[in-house]
Amino acid sequence: MEFFRIKKDIPFMRHALVFNIISLTTFVLAVFFLATKGLHLSIEFTGGTVMEAGYSQTADLDKIRKQLETDGFTDTQVINFGSSRDVLIRVPIKSGMEGESSRISEKVGASLQAAGGDPQIKRVEFVGPQVGKELAEDGALALLLVIIGIVAYLAFRFEWRFAISAIIANLHDIVIILGFFAFFQWEFSLPVLAAVLAVLGYSVNESVVVFDRVRETFRKQRGMTTPEIIDHAITSTISRTIITHGSTQMMVVSMLIFGGPALYYFAVALTIGILFGIYSSVLVASPLLMWMGVSREHFVKPKKEKAEGVTEDGACV
Amino acid sequence: MNRNPLWKNATVIIALVLGLLYTLPNLFGEVPAVQISSVKATVKLDLPLQSRIEEALAAAAVKPTGLFFEPNSIRVRLADTDTQLKAKDVIERALNPDPADASYSVALNLLSASPDWLTSLGAKPMYLGLDLRGGVHFLLEVDMKGALTKRLDSTSADLRTLLRDKNIRHGGIVREGNLLSLRFPDADTRDKARLVLTDNQPDLDLVERQDAGDFRLVATLKPTAQQRIQEFALKQNMTTLHNRINELGVAEPVIQQQGADRIVVQLPGVQDTAKAKDILGRTATLEVRLVDDEASANPSIMEQAERGQPPAGTDYYVERGGRGLLVKKQVVLTGERLTDAQAGFDSQTQEPAVHLSLDSAGARIFRDVTRDNVNKRMAILLIEKGKGEVVTAPVIRSEIGGGRVQISGRMTTTEANDVALLLRAGSLAAPMDIIEERTIGPSLGADNIAKGIDSTLWGFAAIAVFMIAYYLLFGVVSIIALTANLLFLVALLSLLQATLTLPGIAAVALTLGMAIDANVLINERIREELRNGVTPQAAITAGYERAWGTILDANITTMIAGVALLIFGSGPVRGFAVVLCLGILTSIFSAVVVSRAGINLIYGHQRKLDAISIGQIWKPDV
Repeated sequence: MEFFRIKKDIPFMRHALVFNIISLTTFVLAVFFLATKGLHLSIEFTGGTVMEAGYSQTADLDKIRKQLETDGFTDTQVINFGSSRDVLIRVPIKSGMEGESSRISEKVGASLQAAGGDPQIKRVEFVGPQVGKELAEDGALALLLVIIGIVAYLAFRFEWRFAISAIIANLHDIVIILGFFAFFQWEFSLPVLAAVLAVLGYSVNESVVVFDRVRETFRKQRGMTTPEIIDHAITSTISRTIITHGSTQMMVVSMLIFGGPALYYFAVALTIGILFGIYSSVLVASPLLMWMGVSREHFVKPKKEKAEGVTEDGACV
Repeated sequence: MNRNPLWKNATVIIALVLGLLYTLPNLFGEVPAVQISSVKATVKLDLPLQSRIEEALAAAAVKPTGLFFEPNSIRVRLADTDTQLKAKDVIERALNPDPADASYSVALNLLSASPDWLTSLGAKPMYLGLDLRGGVHFLLEVDMKGALTKRLDSTSADLRTLLRDKNIRHGGIVREGNLLSLRFPDADTRDKARLVLTDNQPDLDLVERQDAGDFRLVATLKPTAQQRIQEFALKQNMTTLHNRINELGVAEPVIQQQGADRIVVQLPGVQDTAKAKDILGRTATLEVRLVDDEASANPSIMEQAERGQPPAGTDYYVERGGRGLLVKKQVVLTGERLTDAQAGFDSQTQEPAVHLSLDSAGARIFRDVTRDNVNKRMAILLIEKGKGEVVTAPVIRSEIGGGRVQISGRMTTTEANDVALLLRAGSLAAPMDIIEERTIGPSLGADNIAKGIDSTLWGFAAIAVFMIAYYLLFGVVSIIALTANLLFLVALLSLLQATLTLPGIAAVALTLGMAIDANVLINERIREELRNGVTPQAAITAGYERAWGTILDANITTMIAGVALLIFGSGPVRGFAVVLCLGILTSIFSAVVVSRAGINLIYGHQRKLDAISIGQIWKPDV
């Protein structure tokens, strides 16, 4: 079997402008939704209590809501989770209840019992406000560390133009994933954050593979222009790109189907990340590279051509 | 040309054997067991105890499948959960005839079902996180301010004694927030006091203050002392938690420090969170203080005190009977001096009572105070979450020596038991608050495992089918390498006993999905070389060598993300990060080294190789 029978290099770069406009539009839309709707953060970040209860029959949500209201829990959210017999209850942190907040789960448990249906409490999660704030800060720091790390590594291994265009392309993916989560108001939890960061590392791979080829072609081919070289690099790696992402996506689809509600949004974030990852590393990073004016001189130093690990200024360790 | 040197093949084989060996325990699963451990420092586990357990089980016709003696616990392996519950009851009754005064904790646990020779090699199954095995996780924050105030309160008592011993007159010692203020009649006395204090209280910073004939010394705790107190408070609280959890009977509790002022408590298998929280969250400390009898007898003062304005130097409390009481702020004795507390009955009235034993210093203080205050009342206070409760306020009839004290007074038997348990479990050096809680039911945990494994296996199967169809023999080798990757990853996780969480299982699936990238890169590269007309043997060599740099670059970027998550992640996300990082390492090895060994084994010895089975090679020019 051979899926990709490409006779000539596909002129991706001729349409670079179109791709960049598409990207910019999706990006702006994502930012717009993030700004207007905001992320639906899980209690891990906001603080609060989440409980999951299982019933032997279909749970009567209205009854549970009413019971909780009469017991003084006004802004609770009661929804089905996974199946109609499983119920998820979210109780936000209320000001003035700080000392009591760790006891909320017991009170909610009592209300559930009172509402009838013989619920089994399957899971309780309580996060104090101070912890939530820290988790949000840690998440932001982790993202920052990943960005700095990747830029530094790519700048060291390739060239700063490569590093900048790769990170822009992949941050664009991240913003788009977040845009999806904001638009659909999907719950943004810690595992989703982990998925987002993993996607960042993963789709940078894609740019790395293309850039590797670009560098190699720059060194080998003398008569080609920069856009031609980029086209050639993308074309010769495209089959690998599709197959790899397809394989990873198979795994993620399997998680979507079999992983249950706990892994659902994690897998959703990965799916969006993988799909946009292909697009952005090939069709966003490369045009950016071209606009930034990468050229043969950045890679081919006539005298030191064969020395590996030699940096830009010729320093060698 | 594509032949591996012997050492390389040997490395691959050894790695595979080790991988298999350390993965094995995970396949045997776990069997129910009962774990017996001692909850008292004086009670040791020994061989006679083991035979006692054996006899008790034999008498109840419960047949254990194994009995393991370890330094800190005895574990009894049983065939199923029914016999496990029965065995627990039997052992509990045999070892703890008096449930109120238990010497052993008997807890339900799970033991690896792997054969002994594996266990003796140190091969254990993966350590499952709470979201997979069920249980409770608490994050407690120690109130360090509370620890410091508490220390200042006890220091002020020490200063009083010290100044009295040295015959230095003072006009009162009061704590004002974070400092102690000492008043003196004149500058001379203050200087004298200062000398004495510098000699005897090295932890205090002293500053002189003087306003309008008011000679004062202001004492604060030195920063180093503060730090030491905080460290001590954390350690003390952890020890206390250990003791309290022992009383709960949990098989493998985790009590760890996190950061400067936090403690993580994980109780696998515990379902009754209310009880656990009650025992953990209670910050009961015992305080013995004198009652201000004169003021308490004055109705007008009492009326004011009831409205929240007690006279200076006293606190207003309500006794169990409902009568108000003014108690002096000065603490005579705290729970730290307590060595034991037992519930029992008053020998004369037969009322439920709690018997306390004090250490020698406590016994001496108690004797002195009771001698000096005969016919006065003393209050025994239980301080919980900043709120005090007068347990009893008896009249001191005579000097009480020997450090044995009995608290009685309108308690029920259960109350006496609870108070004794709380006091015995040790007092907390500083109050703590639960700032995070996670409870997962055992059925949800098992469900999570099944879902995680299902998604991994189905994803793996899909990838395998595709790879073999697309790359034929090279696909088979790639899948063998991927299987080896899974083997190494599980073996490493088992060996390191890293906590496996549900996001961790997701990371296993994800790493497998990403690891195939390396093999795709290699296979595509070989095809490309073949397309360019290179001979098969040269194409294999070139394919592996050219792909290597790309594989390394691509994995390092993912590794950066993994390390960032490892540094900043907590709880389940940390589990994700650990697996991601380990997975990257194992995938580089298996995709490059293991698959190469496989390919070399198949093709390396063929001198004349015309074609290799890597699927169709389509050439544009032909």
